[in-house]
Amino acid sequence: MNPNLNLWLIPVLPLAGAAINGFLGKRSSRQAVSAVALVFSGAAFAMTLWVAIRFASLSLPYQEFVAHWIRIVGFRADFAFYLDQLSLVMLLVVTGVGFLIHIYSVGYMWDDPSYYRFFSYLNLFMFFMLTLVLANNYLLMFIGWEGVGLASYLLIGFWFTKDSAASAGKKAFIVNRIGDFGFLIALFLLIKHFGSLSFDQVFRSISPLGVETAGAGTLTAIGLLLMVGAAGKSAQIPLYVWLPDAMEGPTPVSALIHAATMVTAGVYMVSRSHVIFERAPTALMVVAIIGTLTAFFAATIGIAQTDIKKVLAYSTISQLGYMFMACGVGAFSAGIFHLMTHAFFKGLLFLGAGSVIHAVGGEQDMRKMGGLRSYIPWTFLTMFIATLAIAGIPPLAGFWSKDEILWKAYQVSWVYWGVGVVTAFITSFYMFRLLYMTFFGDYRGGQEHEHGSHGHDAHGHGEPHESPTVMLVPLMILALLSLFGGFVGWGHHFEHFLAPVLGGESASEAATSITEWVLMGISILAAVSGWMLAHLLYSARPELPQKIADSLGDFYQAVVHKYYIDELYAVLFVKPLIEGSTRILWQDVDRKVIDASVNESADGARQVSDEVRQMQSGNIRSYAGWIAAGSAAVIAFMIWMGVR
Amino acid sequence: MVPSYIPLSYYLLLSGFLFACGVVGFLIKRNIITIFMSIELMLNGVNLSFVAFAAHWHALAGQVFVFFVMVVAAAEATVGLAIIIAVYRTRETLNVDQVNLLKL
Repeated sequence: MNPNLNLWLIPVLPLAGAAINGFLGKRSSRQAVSAVALVFSGAAFAMTLWVAIRFASLSLPYQEFVAHWIRIVGFRADFAFYLDQLSLVMLLVVTGVGFLIHIYSVGYMWDDPSYYRFFSYLNLFMFFMLTLVLANNYLLMFIGWEGVGLASYLLIGFWFTKDSAASAGKKAFIVNRIGDFGFLIALFLLIKHFGSLSFDQVFRSISPLGVETAGAGTLTAIGLLLMVGAAGKSAQIPLYVWLPDAMEGPTPVSALIHAATMVTAGVYMVSRSHVIFERAPTALMVVAIIGTLTAFFAATIGIAQTDIKKVLAYSTISQLGYMFMACGVGAFSAGIFHLMTHAFFKGLLFLGAGSVIHAVGGEQDMRKMGGLRSYIPWTFLTMFIATLAIAGIPPLAGFWSKDEILWKAYQVSWVYWGVGVVTAFITSFYMFRLLYMTFFGDYRGGQEHEHGSHGHDAHGHGEPHESPTVMLVPLMILALLSLFGGFVGWGHHFEHFLAPVLGGESASEAATSITEWVLMGISILAAVSGWMLAHLLYSARPELPQKIADSLGDFYQAVVHKYYIDELYAVLFVKPLIEGSTRILWQDVDRKVIDASVNESADGARQVSDEVRQMQSGNIRSYAGWIAAGSAAVIAFMIWMGVR
Repeated sequence: MVPSYIPLSYYLLLSGFLFACGVVGFLIKRNIITIFMSIELMLNGVNLSFVAFAAHWHALAGQVFVFFVMVVAAAEATVGLAIIIAVYRTRETLNVDQVNLLKL
């Protein structure tokens, strides 16, 4: 018998914070707003820690019923929460990283006129994300899923007076709709075939089913549709295009939503549905292929970007690709492991980038940075750690999770592994490129750079300056987590912890073989050589990159322009849609059919009325005449019918 | 064989004719007094059908009705003529088309 944990408080606390700041924040001081935001998100984190401490004594999965929602004959979905090892990990990541980013935002957003609005949205995001993670059925999960999309839209378009920010928000929302469409269809299929959406019942009715071989079946369809949803939310091919644009939002938002938490929701959802995917090998293979391709392509685009946040955005897409690769080869716990370490180091990288942007007065172009190492030593140190972590240099967090994924991928196919290692090399290269361009060499910003192009800080400064303590503390904590967070994977502890939920060959864990050591060596080699190459090109011989770019010509241009994918989508989907909507739906259907039918019927009514109103002349004798004519007509009718 | 009494239909036809004359007069005449007379003609057309039916069915109710109608018609004539005189005094015309406003 489980004690009552009152899990509902974990999502509801940030919601209360969002409501207080949203309704009262405008008239409150910045201090009060930050206090409310921090107290409520911190309380959610404290509550999660408390649950984590009591976790060992619970019989799992722990379920908590909160309220009735939908009850139709044979189908029910309730407001109910579900806690197991998987959701605990997600809870800790979301509330922990989320709380740190709240602290950081206090410093980063201090000068913004809509300070309260930012924190209200941020708390709202926490509410929806925690709902998503804690839901005990797909429908409640979908509420959270849509809610984080809404919060993401609001925060990307936070500086909505800027046209690019507003349209980036729209793009993110619309691209996500495509994914959600797939997710919804998958839910309908689940209801149709299993009559339920609660995790318990669905998985219980699926478990006895065998593996679907030779292609298609219900589970394959469900799995593929779920993957469409995941690809939308987690920015995978072909729906990744919204994430780079989402960098229009404030940097803490990029860190929290578009790196650490929301975009990993797809990985969480796929892992949560592993029972379905394990029985649908075709769907699983599609997941693996999409993940691998995304990891590789996004990484290559990342090489040529010059906007510091865009590099990180493509890096995020690439790392998410790794997670899907892990899920696709059946190593769900490795995917979740990478999700967690990625939340640490990528959150740190974004916060560090925010600190850099803050230091140079809103500039995001790395070509105008350089030499910042001496100006902002703490930011440099923490970002260096994060770069080591993402590059996969042991013993930092990223190494453990990435190596785990590559090892699992190798066991399925060496192709996945090969692409993964190449991607790891590219990752290491573009991350160290970022580091060298930003922190090494001479400062290229100069005095002429204009301020406040990003709206957040207008304080004039000639020299780059270190961020306030309130921003540095979260950086340091995340740096520590990036340093040591990987050790939870030591000796497959993390995998064992998740094994009750995600399965896996926990019992017959093969002894570390020679192959694993060799593979590990190769991936370390890839990471280090990426570093060395970046050092050569951007530190030792800074004139080389331009030469290489020139010699590559068109191919280099294609990479700089992100393979023209946005342009391709514009031609293939956006333009036909806009043209079709304008020409056919608006000018033909709307104007000529809908408007016309309304107008015609109104005109018709008026013409008939014009005729008919002649009867009502106001002249008594004409009324009398009508009465006489009416009576005569009735009498004539009665005579004609022969009424007796 | 000639019937020993006048058939009901004769009375009814006459009654209908009188009523129709009243209606037509009411509709086409401009003079208030003529309109007034047309109304009386309609009332008497109806009265005729009442008594005809009363005689035909040997029932008194029709005759009683006729008395009521005559009483009401007399009362109405009094009031109506008084109004007509008042109208003539104020407007100096009896053409209904020129007295279509209550306001002067």
